[in-house]
Amino acid sequence: MTGMKQYLLSIYQPDGDPPPPEILEPIMKDIEAVDAEMRGAGAWVFTGGLHPADAATVLRTDGDDMLITDGPFAEGKEHVGGFWIIRAPDLDAALGWARKATAACKLPIEVRPMVDMAEG
Amino acid sequence: MPVCGPARADVERVFREEYGRAVAVLTRVFGDIDTAEDAVQDAFAEAARRWPAAGLPPSPAGWIITTARNRAIDRLRREAARDAKQAQAALLHARDEQPAEESPVRDDRLRLIFTCCHPALGTAARVALTLRLLGGLTTAEIARAFLVPEPTMAQRLVRAKAKIRDAGIPYRIPAEADLPARLSGVLAVVYLIFNEGHTASSGEALVRADLCAEAIRLGRLLARLMPDEPEVTGLLALMLLTESRRAARTSADGALVLLADQDRSRWDGALIAEGQALVRQCLRRGQPGPYQIQAAISAVHSDAPIAAATDWDQILRLYDQLLVVAPSPVVALNRAVAVAEMDGPAAALALVDELDLDRYYLFHAIRADLLRRLGRRAEADAVYGTAIARTGNAAERAHLALAKQHLSQW
Repeated sequence: MTGMKQYLLSIYQPDGDPPPPEILEPIMKDIEAVDAEMRGAGAWVFTGGLHPADAATVLRTDGDDMLITDGPFAEGKEHVGGFWIIRAPDLDAALGWARKATAACKLPIEVRPMVDMAEG
Repeated sequence: MPVCGPARADVERVFREEYGRAVAVLTRVFGDIDTAEDAVQDAFAEAARRWPAAGLPPSPAGWIITTARNRAIDRLRREAARDAKQAQAALLHARDEQPAEESPVRDDRLRLIFTCCHPALGTAARVALTLRLLGGLTTAEIARAFLVPEPTMAQRLVRAKAKIRDAGIPYRIPAEADLPARLSGVLAVVYLIFNEGHTASSGEALVRADLCAEAIRLGRLLARLMPDEPEVTGLLALMLLTESRRAARTSADGALVLLADQDRSRWDGALIAEGQALVRQCLRRGQPGPYQIQAAISAVHSDAPIAAATDWDQILRLYDQLLVVAPSPVVALNRAVAVAEMDGPAAALALVDELDLDRYYLFHAIRADLLRRLGRRAEADAVYGTAIARTGNAAERAHLALAKQHLSQW
């Protein structure tokens, strides 16, 4: 089918310690279930979990110089903690997956369309 | 064929009536709103040149759609030859679609409404897109109606259309499971347009009749396209009944006249009859929703030849029902007004004082009126002051200032 698009689903996670295991474990189970459902439906492209934003490093070019600083790039109380890349025919289908993912993570998810490389 | 050539007004009338349908059909054909809009505008420009001499074609809408489609294909072929990927995609899309002239089972405008009112778009963008694409209003007209500079409105439309394209907002009637939520989003946009016309949130004119007329036109269209949705009928009835009082709502000098003080002989009997018939028709289905109940409340008011004859008991019962299906402090506030008529201002004030509506000017206006009726003049005076500070509408402000002034004459 033509017209499949890719979407980035970013999980926004509050900075600081993760919740205790009795809360985190069922959440991780739910996330794995959503992940498996995406794979089964052929919507899954890639997924990744990130270390806390404290671990980030930012690089900038400044003329010929390269500036390296302790990250993250954007200050804030929440940062992207993990993400999926999914394949979907349109935004409604992508939102359908994001709905399941949000319910599983119990965290806000940002859905962002990716530029189709074939669009040129 | 008409004997004499059609005037410019005929082209404009066809434009207003058929713009939305033509854009909707061509959006389906090309899968792209900008391509559709450009093509339809080209076709109307051609009509404006041709029709005065050649006469109106037998089916003006069909002529516009066919011409727009052919123009768009010519243009896309030229662009595609220069390796423009988007033009090639639109051409491919057009080849796979059925011919534009064959009418689909459900009107294309319905799909376009759901695209324009998609929850992924901001509210201001939904309103602007709906008025532009379905109402055929120009960007300048929409900007004027919402007191926004034209370049701001133009940018809002461009951004919204870009999001539809880039994010892949589909051009489709939502799946059954999503339909109730999505439909209520569509109705909210139409009602917002109506309310903006009915009580402009800022500016000098109390009623911007053209926005009301446009909202009613959209309401009629939705009611025709979705005859089995009682809330659609309910919204149309609510708008018609509200509109029926437009002439009586302002005095000759533009001042606001409250429902109780209106000259009911100036109400529009035809709109009332139509609205009341719709209320009866949708309530018979036994699926009351917020719009149907609000329309029913309005219909009860319309039944009273003078304010003193209002059936407040029935209105109170309808508000009780509304509080169950759509509980909100604003509904509770309106219910308190009915309580004041049934059980007196003290009972109503006790209810109003419970509500957390400090930012809403009507909360203060109603409190001030109840305090006045209880003879608590100094408090009423202060609360009228708060109400005045909370509204940007000049006619509302003037009305409240007058009420405040009258306090000292009691």
